[in-house]
Amino acid sequence: MQNEVKLAGFGGQGIMLMGKILAHAAMEQGFEVVWIPSYGPEMRGGTAYCTVVVSDRPIGSPIIKNPRHLIAMNRPSLEKFAPTVKPGGVIFINGSLIDIDSGRDDVDELVVPIIEIAKELGNVRTANIVALAAFVARSGMVDFERLKESVKEEFKRKEKLIPLNLKALEAGRKAAQGK
Amino acid sequence: MGKTFRKPEALADVPTHYCPGCTHGVIHRLVAEVIDELGIRGRTVGIAPVGCAVLCYNYFTFDFQESAHGRAPAMATGMKRVRPDLVVFTYQGDGDLASIGMAEIIHAANRGERFTTIFVNNAVYGMTGGQMAPTTMPDQRTTTSPFGRNVDEVGMPIKVAELLAALQTPAYITRQAAIKPKYIVKAKKAIKRAFTYQLERRCYSFVEVVSTCPTNWGLTPVEAVKWAEEQMLPYYQLGDLKTPE
Amino acid sequence: MSKILMKGNEAIGEAAIRAGCLNYFAYPITPQSEVAEYLSRRMPEVGGVFLQGESEVAVSYMIFGAAACGERVFTTSSSPGISLMSEGISYIAGAQCPAVFVNIMRGGPGLGGILPSQADYLQATKGIGHGDFRMLVLAPASVQEAVEMVMMAFPLAEKYRNPVMILGDGLIGQMMEPVEFHDDLKVAPSNKDDWATNGMDTRGSDRRNLVKSLYLDPEELNAHNLHLKAKYEQMAREDVRYEAYNTDGDYEALIVSYGTMSRVCRTAIDMLKQEGVEVGMIRPQTVFPYPETAVREAAEKKSCKKVFAIEMNMGQMLEDVQRAVCGLRPVEWFGKCGGEVPTPEEVIDVVRPA
Repeated sequence: MQNEVKLAGFGGQGIMLMGKILAHAAMEQGFEVVWIPSYGPEMRGGTAYCTVVVSDRPIGSPIIKNPRHLIAMNRPSLEKFAPTVKPGGVIFINGSLIDIDSGRDDVDELVVPIIEIAKELGNVRTANIVALAAFVARSGMVDFERLKESVKEEFKRKEKLIPLNLKALEAGRKAAQGK
Repeated sequence: MGKTFRKPEALADVPTHYCPGCTHGVIHRLVAEVIDELGIRGRTVGIAPVGCAVLCYNYFTFDFQESAHGRAPAMATGMKRVRPDLVVFTYQGDGDLASIGMAEIIHAANRGERFTTIFVNNAVYGMTGGQMAPTTMPDQRTTTSPFGRNVDEVGMPIKVAELLAALQTPAYITRQAAIKPKYIVKAKKAIKRAFTYQLERRCYSFVEVVSTCPTNWGLTPVEAVKWAEEQMLPYYQLGDLKTPE
Repeated sequence: MSKILMKGNEAIGEAAIRAGCLNYFAYPITPQSEVAEYLSRRMPEVGGVFLQGESEVAVSYMIFGAAACGERVFTTSSSPGISLMSEGISYIAGAQCPAVFVNIMRGGPGLGGILPSQADYLQATKGIGHGDFRMLVLAPASVQEAVEMVMMAFPLAEKYRNPVMILGDGLIGQMMEPVEFHDDLKVAPSNKDDWATNGMDTRGSDRRNLVKSLYLDPEELNAHNLHLKAKYEQMAREDVRYEAYNTDGDYEALIVSYGTMSRVCRTAIDMLKQEGVEVGMIRPQTVFPYPETAVREAAEKKSCKKVFAIEMNMGQMLEDVQRAVCGLRPVEWFGKCGGEVPTPEEVIDVVRPA
C-alpha cells in the first residue's frame, strides 16, 4: 500500500520541514519513504512544494502525478494541485489564507485556520505544525504518537521550542476532529 | 682546499634543454641550493608548469608533479591542505601564471596557502614560440605583437608582484632578478626566505624573478641582459613588496 | 544500525567520510551545494579538510594535487561545473591518480536548467576531457545506493589508479530517503608509495616519484595509452555491475534504464504486471564499463520482441543499448530532458505492446 501527500505553499511557510517531519515519522514507523522537494530559484519567496511518499514496499517512481493527499498552504497551491488529488484523499486547506474550497466533492476537505490557532498558542511560526497535526489526525498517514516523537526529534537542538510545538500538535489534532 | 663548485644534491646531474643565455638554469640552481641548505629534499614536492620549464622535473632529484597551464597554485593548494608537512613550491612562467593562471594564483595567495611560488618573468611566451605575454613590455615585438605591444589595445604589462602585494592577507612578496651576479645573490636570499616562511607555516611566499629570453627576444645573451636591465628593471622594480612582519 | 532520513547530497558527503576520505574541495552549484554545506560543518568534526575553491577548474587541480600525494580525495559538482573540471580530470587520468568525482546532473546544454537530468551520460562514459581515457562510472538509483557507491568508488579508483565518477541526477541529490551506513564497506586505502609524490622521507626511499601526464616521445605515449586501454578492458572484465528486474520469466519487452529513471520504469513494470503484461528490465549500475552481455542476453530471450532505452536525455545511452543488442531486436528510445521526469504512465504508453 502506497500513500503520497503533496505539501505546497509559499517559500518560508515551513513546507519542507513539515514534509521532513512527516517522512521521519513514517520511517520510524517502519515504512519505506521518499521526500522529494522542489528546488532552485522557485524556493526563494515563490512557490515551494515537496512530496512525501510512504509505502510498505520499496518505492519505485519518486515522481507522483496524482498524490493521494494534498496540504495546501496558500491559494495558488490549492488551485494548482487540488485537481490532481486522487478521489478519497484528504485535501487540507489553510483556512487563514485561502477563501475558496477545493471544488472537489470526492475528497475529504479539511479547512483549519492555522494562523489564528498558532497566534492563540503565542507563536505564529507554529502554524505549519498545527497544519501537519491536523492533516495527520485526519488522514492517518502516520501514527499520531510517531509524529509527536518526530517533532521532538526535529527540535532536539532547540529544546525550548518542544513544549510549544507539542501544544501546536494537540491544537491541530483538535481542529481536525472539530469538523 | 675543498671543492669550490659542486652540484647541489637537489639538482640532477643532467644537461638541460634550455637555450643558451636562458636564466632558468640559474634559478633552478638557486632553488636546489636553498633546498639543500634547509635540508628539506626528502619532504619537498615541486610542481612544474606548462611552458619552457615544463620538463624542469628532470632537473631536480626530489618528488615532482606536473600541472596544467596555470593551475599549479591549485595543485599546490590541494597538496598543502592534505599534507601540510610537505614543502611545496610551484615554478611558473609569465604566460602560465599571469595569463591563464591568474585566478589560481590570486586566490591561492589570498587564502594564504603555505606554499612558495617561483615566478619567472621573461616578458614572453617561451615554449610556444615567443608570443606576447601579459608581462611583455610596451612596444616589445613578439610573434603575436609584430609591431610592438600596443598598450592602447592590450593594456600595460601586469605587475604581478604588486598585484599580489595589494591583497590584505599577510604574505611574502618580492621581486628579484637573475640576470647578473649582484642580482642573483639577492635572489637566492629571497628564495631562502620564502621557503623559510613556508617551513614556519607563516604565510604564502612569492618570488618573482626577472629573467631573459635571448632566443625569443632575438638578442644575444649579453644583449638580453642589457635589455632586461634597461627596459624591464625600471618597470619591474626589484625588492620586497610585502613581508609578513 | 538504525536508519537515518537523509538528503542524497548530505548522505553522499557522509558516505565519503565513512569511506575514509577526509579531503573535500568543491565549488557551489545547484543541485548539489548541500554536499559542500554539509561537509563544511562535518569535515572539521572529523579532522578532515574542507575547502571551497575559486572555480571548478581550480577545484579539479586541488583534487589532482591531493590525489597525487596519495591521499583519498573527492569533489562534487553538477553538469556545467563538471565541464569545467573535465580539464583536470583528463590530467588526473593521464597521470593515473585515484580520485572520486560526483556529478549530480542537471539539464543542458549551456546553463540549461537545474532540474534532474541524465544529460551528461555521453560526457561521463565516452569522453569527459581531451585525450584517450575513460572513467569508471557508477549510476545510483537511490540515496542508499549512492552511499554504497561512494564507499565503493574510493577502492575502485585506487585499484585502477583512475578517476571514478558517481553519475546521479538531481533527484538523487535532492530527495530524502532512509539510509544505513555500513562501516564494514570501508576498504583501507592501498599503499601508494611506489608512485605518489608524498615526499621521499614519508616512504623512507631515496627514489623520487614523479606524477605527470606528459609523454613527448610518440612511442612512449602510445605505450602509455595502451596501458590505459588495458585498464579499461580490465574494468569491463571485473567491475561491470547491473541489476535485473522481472527477467526470470518470459517478458514481451525489455527496458534498459538507470538512475532515477529506472525507478519510474520499475513502477511502470509493476503496473503493467497488474494488467498481465510482462516487461523485464536491466538497470546498469556501472554505465562505464557497460553491462553489454547482460543487456544482450536479456534481449535475446525468445519472448522479448523489443528493447527500450529509457533515460532522462535525448537518447544518449541508446547507442550503447544498440551496440549490446547487435541488431537482434528492434531498439527504441524514450526519454525527456529539461527536468520533468517521465511518469510511470508515460513509460507504460511507450512500452505497452500494441
